[in-house]
Amino acid sequence: MGDEPAESLAWVLAVWLPLVGVIVIGASGLPGLFLRRDSAAGERVSATLHVLGAAAALAGAIVSVVAGGAASLNVAWGLPIGSFRVEVDGLSAAFLVPLILVPALGSVFGVRYWSQREHPRSGRKLRAFYGVLAASLILLTIARDGVLFLLSWEGMALSAYFLVTTDDRDPEARAAGWVYFVATHVGTLALFAFFAVLYEATGSLGLDALPAGSATLGVTTTLFLLGLVGFGLKAGIMPLHVWLPGAHAAAPSHVSAVLSGVVLKTGIYGLARMTSMLPDPPVFWGGLVLTLGVISGVAGVVFAIAQHDLKRLLAYHSIENVGIIVMGLGLAMLGRSMGRPDWIALGLGGAILHVWNHSFFKSLLFFSAGSVIHQIHTREIDRMGGLARTMPITAVMFLCGAVAICGLPPLNGFVSELLVYLGLLRTLGPADGSSAAGAAFAAPALALIGALAAACFVKVFGAVFLGSPREARAHTAHESPRAMLIPMAILAAVCIGVGLLPSVAAPLLDGASRAWTSGWGGTARSLQEVAPLWWVSGMSAGVWIGAAACVYALRRRVRPREIARVGTWDCGYAAPSARMQYSASSLAQLLVGIFGWIVHPREHGPHVRGLFPRPGKYHSHVHDVVLDEWILPAMRWIAGQTMRMRVLQTGRIQVYILYILGALVALILSIVPVLDLLGRLVTQ
Amino acid sequence: MIDTIVQVVLLLVMPPLLLGVIVKTKAAFAGRVGAPLLQSYYDIIKLFRKGSVLSGTTTWVFLAGPAVTAVAVVLAGLVVPMGGQPAPIRFAGDLILFAYLLALGRFFTTLAALDTGSSFEGMGAAREVTFACLAEPAMFFGLLALARLTGGLSLSGLFGGQVLEAWTSAAPTMVLVLGGFFIVLLVENSRIPFDDPNTHLELTMIHEVMVLDHGGPALGTVLYGAAVKLFVLAAIVVRLAMPAWTDDPLLRWPVFAGSMLLVAVLIGVIESIMARLRLPLVPNLLMGACVLTAFGFVLVLGATS
Repeated sequence: MGDEPAESLAWVLAVWLPLVGVIVIGASGLPGLFLRRDSAAGERVSATLHVLGAAAALAGAIVSVVAGGAASLNVAWGLPIGSFRVEVDGLSAAFLVPLILVPALGSVFGVRYWSQREHPRSGRKLRAFYGVLAASLILLTIARDGVLFLLSWEGMALSAYFLVTTDDRDPEARAAGWVYFVATHVGTLALFAFFAVLYEATGSLGLDALPAGSATLGVTTTLFLLGLVGFGLKAGIMPLHVWLPGAHAAAPSHVSAVLSGVVLKTGIYGLARMTSMLPDPPVFWGGLVLTLGVISGVAGVVFAIAQHDLKRLLAYHSIENVGIIVMGLGLAMLGRSMGRPDWIALGLGGAILHVWNHSFFKSLLFFSAGSVIHQIHTREIDRMGGLARTMPITAVMFLCGAVAICGLPPLNGFVSELLVYLGLLRTLGPADGSSAAGAAFAAPALALIGALAAACFVKVFGAVFLGSPREARAHTAHESPRAMLIPMAILAAVCIGVGLLPSVAAPLLDGASRAWTSGWGGTARSLQEVAPLWWVSGMSAGVWIGAAACVYALRRRVRPREIARVGTWDCGYAAPSARMQYSASSLAQLLVGIFGWIVHPREHGPHVRGLFPRPGKYHSHVHDVVLDEWILPAMRWIAGQTMRMRVLQTGRIQVYILYILGALVALILSIVPVLDLLGRLVTQ
Repeated sequence: MIDTIVQVVLLLVMPPLLLGVIVKTKAAFAGRVGAPLLQSYYDIIKLFRKGSVLSGTTTWVFLAGPAVTAVAVVLAGLVVPMGGQPAPIRFAGDLILFAYLLALGRFFTTLAALDTGSSFEGMGAAREVTFACLAEPAMFFGLLALARLTGGLSLSGLFGGQVLEAWTSAAPTMVLVLGGFFIVLLVENSRIPFDDPNTHLELTMIHEVMVLDHGGPALGTVLYGAAVKLFVLAAIVVRLAMPAWTDDPLLRWPVFAGSMLLVAVLIGVIESIMARLRLPLVPNLLMGACVLTAFGFVLVLGATS
């Protein structure tokens, strides 16, 4: 077995259970490949295997947390570099929980959402790659060897590409897939460079902490920036988010949930792992990460408000939430640079709790959005409406996710945002008079993010579920089957549970902080000491009890004395129609106007002329500023410039032979010391 | 203990009185007698006795809106220190809970408005959430400045005994923060110059238009919740404006109640002498408030570091 002796049964289980899970989950989609296209057996088998594998892996993560310490395994393999080295420490365990749970629930959701009967062509492919994706996620979280890490990283990236292009007859999905493919490989390239520099500096490819003073600031800063680009591209930090909205929108909804809820988090995991490895971080690293977090948070939510496509909107909210997570991470890095364990506990604890929370509530939102899209067959928010009547349970689930993502009490989003806020407020301490007080500017930014997110979800929930149905399909929609509702209910229960009892998660978060700080021998403070988690529990319970009692009392008061059911007040207009309702676009209009300098909205309206203008069409559109205004024009310019090289491509075989000859001569001349020979000739 | 009971009782009972004082002040300016001071109480009681006419479009969200909002603002009131005393509930970070409870109330009020499917109420909801986005940073910059000055992490620390010290050491900041909070008080409660609660035109309103379709007990809950919200934010402004408090428990609460009424009179005066702003100008004033408090924060950053 490994180099290190297995200390106890718990340690063996902590490593082997996740590995068993990886194998079972990775193979979960394979049996279906050998079954008939439209057979329902394949989807059941794959979901069952996935859930079993997930249970094993989750048990491993829990064992490792309970046992404490870091269980590891190191096996040499046949490759010339690297080894099969895995380790489950506190940081891995904390990330493993959502990384295992969400894909497993997604596989159950997918049984009915993307059934073989409805999608005989793509269903088997989807399930095969889905299993590979989920397995790679677990493996990369526990990998401690650079080569193994990159292998699982690529496994994740490639299977995600095939999942985004599940519906490969749709040109939009193919385009989104390509953007994703290019973006993820730019990131991988940065990671290759990262590991190359790491090997050059330390002589090892292991993901271990570098001893203090072992590398110059120049080397560590290079490593930091390379990692920031590589992992930041995966996490979707603005302006590295360009692949994210399209890919999330094009993929099937449970895949979007996994992409947004989990795959992005591997980027965060990478950042957290890298920042714990690099020694002696200067203050500007933390400042840079915090600033990027603020930019992602604000710009992400502003772009989200301007979207018309339900899944694109949720995708932009992922950028916003990654921003909040990165803010927490930046704060922890500042705490490390300035020797403040309380900032680390609050910043890292808040960041990782938000990783959890975002995984849960964003998957809940994507599942319920998928449930709606499955019924209505459109992603356009302005074509929905009134679905709370026909899909009441889905509506409640979506509302639960919406309250959570806005960071409102009493749900889980509030707890993690509170931790980040508290950390930011602690940078103000008047006594120490330190320069980090500038970090506190992130607190009003976080408040702005929260208010904008609330505005956005008021818009979405109002336009999708409330009011009257805008199109006929919304009238005839049905509630989703139980196989889709149960995964949502589990996620909603987790959101409520974390909101009510955040202290339960505290040991896992403390374990992550300990693992993060142990790399450089720092002290970790317990979250319970620095955060009022029990007060949060009490207030959450207060909101639940108060709201339930008050809603119940009001209904008791209103229902028995209901005089009439009439139409909504419309100033006496004779012929109101559902299309006259305030649409999602009109709700967002004021905010899009105020933040127009970020989102660059485009409007194409009819030119109204004369007393009796002709019927016209109005159309507004917000594209991705970074992708469509910066990157694509730059790429087109590069493509245009490289066109000049086509002069070389004549298409005549003689010319190509001439090239070969030229190349050969050049090679020979480079080997033979021509000048030397010539010199001798001259002297003789 | 007694202080806690008094605060809770005041928080639950006194808010509608402020509305009465505002109306009376406006009437005095206009040379009218005006409605009785207790009119808001009569209104709420009357509404709770009435039957309801509900829109056929609405769902359970319609009634949950006012109920959740009322609960959220009352809970928010429990973390605000009143009468120079610490709040009944206080812990590090309760200021964030305070801001987010108000946001929870707003979230459900606007959802209940959208539940009717009416364009008027949609407009009101859009304005409410938009203006909140600008008011929230203004409030947080003010809280940050106070946190820097007092070293507190809870509202009871921020608005505790050190407010007096803060006035003596950083008066310019305190003036800016007070101004910013007063603007936030006006916009959060939809008062002139942001919104006119008495206008008759649905097209121009914010809060009143959101509750157009609520009637009977639901409207009563809305009115009560709005009054409590006014009370809670006014209590913060009072604490900022009156840094010194007496230790005499018999004097403390009458002084507090009196100064709350003074804030109501001040709001009434503003409503009498100012016109409502045009809607496109509202964001400018809110950004102005944000700049005020941000400037106040920057001043204390420079002063003490």
